[in-house]
Amino acid sequence: MTRNWIPAYVGMTVAALAISACVSTDTSTQAVAAKASFDPSLVQRGAVLSAIGNCRSCHTSDNGKSFAGGVPLRTSFGTVYSTNITPDAQTGIGAWSEADFRRAMREGVDRAGRHLYPVFPYDHFTHVTDEDDRAIYAYLMTRPAVHAKAPANELAFPFNIRAAIAIWKARYFKPGPKHYATRGEYLVDGLGHCGSCHTPRNLAGAEKSGQALDGGEAEGWHAYAINEKSQSPTPWTVEAMTGYLKRGYHAEHGISRGPMAAVTDELADVPEPELREMASYLVALMASAPKRTPTPPASLAGNGGAALYAAACASCHDDSQPLPFGGMALPLSMGVAGESPLNLLNVILYGLPPAAGSTGPVMPGFDGALSDAQILELAAWMRARFTRNGPWPDLEGALRKARKHGAEGSRYAAGGNGMDPASIEEKR
Amino acid sequence: MKLHVNGKVHEVSADPDTPLLYVLRDDLGLNGAKYGCGLGQCGSCTVIVDGEAVFSCVAPVSALEGRKITTLEGLGTAEHPGPVQRAFIEEQAAQCGFCIPGMVMRATALLAKEPHADEASIRKALQPHLCRCGTHMRIIRAVKKAAKA
Repeated sequence: MTRNWIPAYVGMTVAALAISACVSTDTSTQAVAAKASFDPSLVQRGAVLSAIGNCRSCHTSDNGKSFAGGVPLRTSFGTVYSTNITPDAQTGIGAWSEADFRRAMREGVDRAGRHLYPVFPYDHFTHVTDEDDRAIYAYLMTRPAVHAKAPANELAFPFNIRAAIAIWKARYFKPGPKHYATRGEYLVDGLGHCGSCHTPRNLAGAEKSGQALDGGEAEGWHAYAINEKSQSPTPWTVEAMTGYLKRGYHAEHGISRGPMAAVTDELADVPEPELREMASYLVALMASAPKRTPTPPASLAGNGGAALYAAACASCHDDSQPLPFGGMALPLSMGVAGESPLNLLNVILYGLPPAAGSTGPVMPGFDGALSDAQILELAAWMRARFTRNGPWPDLEGALRKARKHGAEGSRYAAGGNGMDPASIEEKR
Repeated sequence: MKLHVNGKVHEVSADPDTPLLYVLRDDLGLNGAKYGCGLGQCGSCTVIVDGEAVFSCVAPVSALEGRKITTLEGLGTAEHPGPVQRAFIEEQAAQCGFCIPGMVMRATALLAKEPHADEASIRKALQPHLCRCGTHMRIIRAVKKAAKA
């Protein structure tokens, strides 16, 4: 009897070690499937979902390889650099299992168990279904691996302490997935994360609850309200919104520029029925808008904007050619009718150059040709002349903001974000 | 109204919504700047206003009172060409010549800010300019020559 307890203890220790290996939070022991084993149709679905979620824009730097990270995402807390999500084992997610990936999307936690900064919009991606996560994982794991380490984040104390994110999460993050009434709502609120730009944020950088899609800001551009608060002069139809998302412009609404240009560049590759679902949801939100009463325009006494418009703008914008052959008919433009003048000022200052390597509309910038005072005069004149929305409250402040973003604004004035030609090729 | 062009003040009578290009050519006889499109799409009307290259076809003359305007004629003459013009002559960077004044003005504005601009900067600066004859490579060589000088 006394000789039998040694093998029993050894046995229990071995068993305990074996059990602890199974429940380890370090998931590196879980198998990472070889590239070739992913089902091609799953990868294809993942490509479409990844285009809706627009992984590419945040995870591909200017002139960088697709998904290799390194994009500086400026927040009011500092700059966070996007990570490499190519299947490179050392610098990317090559060693990540599907469970690791799903945890990042669902809980905002990386493979090592560290909290991710919510600049990665897991407050929306948490609602992506397991099935869709599987497809996106398959797509990402079959991309070319790129060896590239993202620069270190530039965050001041205490924001550079990742553990502190747990406090933010406790207050502002509720893991999903939510169940949605329509696929359109799922695509808009979950994967599409439209609210990340189109919803106003509080001082903690979280989206303000109860104000979903009321309008927000991204990288020096205003993201218009796309719910019942939409200021669109012409009511959106599902057809129009679907076309806009697909092509990046609509002759009766405007042109997708700023960070939205990268979004519609990606959505161009998404099958129309999916875009139609998203459009149906958004148009339904907009349809519930209360009837707007026109607001009297500001007085134009002493405003020389008419002469400025006639010489600088009319030759393209009063042409009878619709977009994209002529300038946007400004009475229809969100730039002039929208709740913020910021985008209009960006476009007047920096123009709309075509995306590098592709054809596109060309509008010259007027920074240098027109002084600040003249630009303000012109914007005020257009607002009064072309809309029934009343004057913007702080045009001077908006112009200061547009100038502050300067070169960055013009980076986004071009469609797309300067992706390297090789990655554009692989998209096709 | 008073316009400050190539160092001289001109008294000009024009509607405030007249593009500068028309005033330069019709009122002041400065034909260097050309009408290519009237839409700010081709660059052949380019002049320099307070150091910035500007499309004169979409620049309202009412906006330019008191600002320093420089046209091709202000850079030099046939007998005494300016440095950028000299580089264009040496590289024989012209075929029909229609786009050239605009190219010279844009290059001049660039080199005033970046005296030793590299080819990438030069290409980026000249991007809004169109040339239908195909003189692009000579133009780039000419601007590079002027940048190295």
